Amino acid sequence: MSGSEVVIVGGGVTGLSAGWWLARSGVKVTVLDKFIVGWEASGRNGGGASHYSSPLFDEEQRLWPQMDDLLGYPTEHQKERILIAMTERQWEQYRFVAERHRRLDHPVEVLDVKQVQDAVPLAGDNCFGGVHYKFGGHANPQRSVQAYAWALQDLGGTIIQHNPVTGFETAGGKVTAVKTASATYGCDAVVVAAGPQIPHLMAQLGVTIPLASARAEMIVTEPAPMMPLGGVDGHKLYGRQTLRGNLAYGGGPHEWIDVDETGPAARPSTPLARNLARRLAELLPKAAHLNVIRSWAGVIENSPDGRPIIDRLTSPDNVVVASMSGVGFGLSPASGHAIRDLVIDEACSFADISILGLSRFAGLEADWREQRGWMPIA
Amino acid sequence: MELNFTGTDLCAVGGTRSAAEANYDVVVVGAGPSGIAAALEAKQAGASVLLVDENPVSGALMGNDVPLYFGGRMTAATQHSERMLEAVFMSMPALEEAMEAGVELLLGTCAWGVYRNGPGVQSLPERVVGLADAERSWLVGFGRIVLATGARDLALAFPGWNQPGVMGAGALQMLLTRYDAFAGRRILILGSHDLALETALIAVEHGLEVAGLVEVRAAPQGSADLVARLGAAGIAIHCSAVIVSAKGGIDGVEAATLTTGEIIACDTICVAVGLVPSIELVDAMHGPRELDGKRGGYVPRGEEYVSAVGDCAGLADSGFDHVEYRMDWVRALASVCAPDTIICQCEDVTRADLIGVQPPNYLTRPPAMCARSLETLLEDGPANPDQIKRLTRAGMGVCQGRRCRDQVAMLLAIEAGQPFGTIPLASHRAPVRPLPMKILADWNEPAEMEAAWDVWFGIPTQWVPVQDIGTPYEDEHRGMLYTGMYE
Repeated sequence: MSGSEVVIVGGGVTGLSAGWWLARSGVKVTVLDKFIVGWEASGRNGGGASHYSSPLFDEEQRLWPQMDDLLGYPTEHQKERILIAMTERQWEQYRFVAERHRRLDHPVEVLDVKQVQDAVPLAGDNCFGGVHYKFGGHANPQRSVQAYAWALQDLGGTIIQHNPVTGFETAGGKVTAVKTASATYGCDAVVVAAGPQIPHLMAQLGVTIPLASARAEMIVTEPAPMMPLGGVDGHKLYGRQTLRGNLAYGGGPHEWIDVDETGPAARPSTPLARNLARRLAELLPKAAHLNVIRSWAGVIENSPDGRPIIDRLTSPDNVVVASMSGVGFGLSPASGHAIRDLVIDEACSFADISILGLSRFAGLEADWREQRGWMPIA
Repeated sequence: MELNFTGTDLCAVGGTRSAAEANYDVVVVGAGPSGIAAALEAKQAGASVLLVDENPVSGALMGNDVPLYFGGRMTAATQHSERMLEAVFMSMPALEEAMEAGVELLLGTCAWGVYRNGPGVQSLPERVVGLADAERSWLVGFGRIVLATGARDLALAFPGWNQPGVMGAGALQMLLTRYDAFAGRRILILGSHDLALETALIAVEHGLEVAGLVEVRAAPQGSADLVARLGAAGIAIHCSAVIVSAKGGIDGVEAATLTTGEIIACDTICVAVGLVPSIELVDAMHGPRELDGKRGGYVPRGEEYVSAVGDCAGLADSGFDHVEYRMDWVRALASVCAPDTIICQCEDVTRADLIGVQPPNYLTRPPAMCARSLETLLEDGPANPDQIKRLTRAGMGVCQGRRCRDQVAMLLAIEAGQPFGTIPLASHRAPVRPLPMKILADWNEPAEMEAAWDVWFGIPTQWVPVQDIGTPYEDEHRGMLYTGMYE
């Protein structure tokens, strides 16, 4: 497919990674974004890169340590994670997951309280223990998104910001062009990776994509003394210590919202920052005196089973749709590879991703959101 | 795995939030003259009124330039919280009047966030303002909130500005007139508009030496009357000049060098180029605001339950364009100060790295990275300070951008060759004051919150390893990890 043209709808981390992978294969790529690359959930997440439940896990793990070199820009990727249990129930749960990792040959070590304190200087003796994942890791979402975007441009790709996609032109069972308010972009194939706007866009092609969106929140502190391993979470929080030292953590209740075709209207944070601060103060008591300096929210779309959707449509047959259902950042090196394979070779070369296909929703009830309680507050 | 849905997502927010501890018809934030007047007026109209003011802030917070740009020139007196509290009362006799009228008053209490339902959030049971003192944080419900948060100092960068003794005019006036806690003796003042002239006269009244004023434009900018009074006091205004650098020692500033070549001995350099309306709370709540250069910058437009009064609503419009004036200063400073001049003190970001869109020093800069700059970024779209701060970290530090936010926007406008107003305002976020985790923490959260708390969305199928789907482990996994939306 070298020399052909692919238009990518959505300059989030998934669309940009897909564009980068396609550009590496000599494809002429144009990424269209409604605003600025990585402005939504791709740049507002915990930066985790340890998605062991995914068929893309092995590729995620293989690629992250190479990404700085492959992209040519820093991503701040760091290896490994430690989860700290702050309640007896968490201790039981984390050891259960650790045991599962062992059986799947993922290297893990269970830590007692003393070992947790040795490995995590900001932790206290108020924990039950921890689990050290000697795999996975984390990176800086905002820096990584921009790295993909720049790397894609370095390979000749084009990024057009501030240009929301408004529709498609089709002919002969294919999408032939992607339209924005100001221009029409002819294409041989399309990747739709537009997050919460995917259902609206795909409806224009007569395809139903079941997704529901929700708002989730994080807080960040001033820099703390650097810990030997920044990927520390647990206590039902996700997050990391950044390479600057800041503690950036999220978790807790989400709020289901409706998102129209223009995208999230706003991303307000709420007093949930207080509940996050409490848990972080418990998780890392030696940092409890540090100032919280920001909170923020992001909007995340979820599929009915919480697993990503990566599939190539049967009609129009030159469209690949990708929604990562809240785990997109970490999986991005691998999801882009998979999307590239679907666009060029019609099949993923490195993993069986059939579980990420749309056919799993064939029997989905029309009221699937109501059944799950995934409805906005009236 | 058979899933039986209950129609309820227990992990979603709804009914689990902490309630407000108290409710008032009107909450007024800021107990300056405008705030007190608003509180009294509401009280006289029969409303229940809470008036809060963050002053006196702790010595530690003053060190972080909260709420004004103190530049480390406070005396040890600011460490005595009782003395400081007394000073606030003594300097504002109207506070007593407000209390006698039945206004409830909380000093040393900051408002760090205002929350209400709107686009993207419908889960708040009531409109609340987040408050915090030295001990704890809490929420207060309100019918209407009046923001009387005043204006903050505009800081300007030049070599040596990141040392004790470089401070703002608002901070200097507060230390002199309210706290009698200014540690300097001899002051060089940047600017010559009314703010600078008034600051000079106040300093003289307090027995300090004013080493002179520095004015970027060709003539003094303030009212003729004030200029004459300065002349009568024998204070020189160095026109068509800016500061090139500040030299100092262990205690900070010792001398300033001007573009004229003059070296002026001083222990304090007071940046009196402008005040910026303190709209942090408005912006953090996504309230409407607009740029008005004649009123000092971005000002709130107000909405149904939120109003702004005093300097927070905009400086008095005298026809003088404060934004144009600031831009002249920043343009002149950028042309004489070396590219390695620090712009963001918290994160050590230089002007060269800001304009180069380069990452912080703890990251490597491979060749591709070095080839990037604001210029290449502008090919993708207009400059956006939030995007720049994510890449350079300028404005991401513990001072929450109070010192560099305005300068970054001005430098971006200058580099992009665009008017200041085309550069979006870098977003403010709650908490709008740095708050220790243990203070911000909700230690009395409802039990339902804990029950509903999941690390992510609580979707049990999300984290089952793909190898385990359809095996007994799938059920075991659900039983161990999830209570969420399923039976």
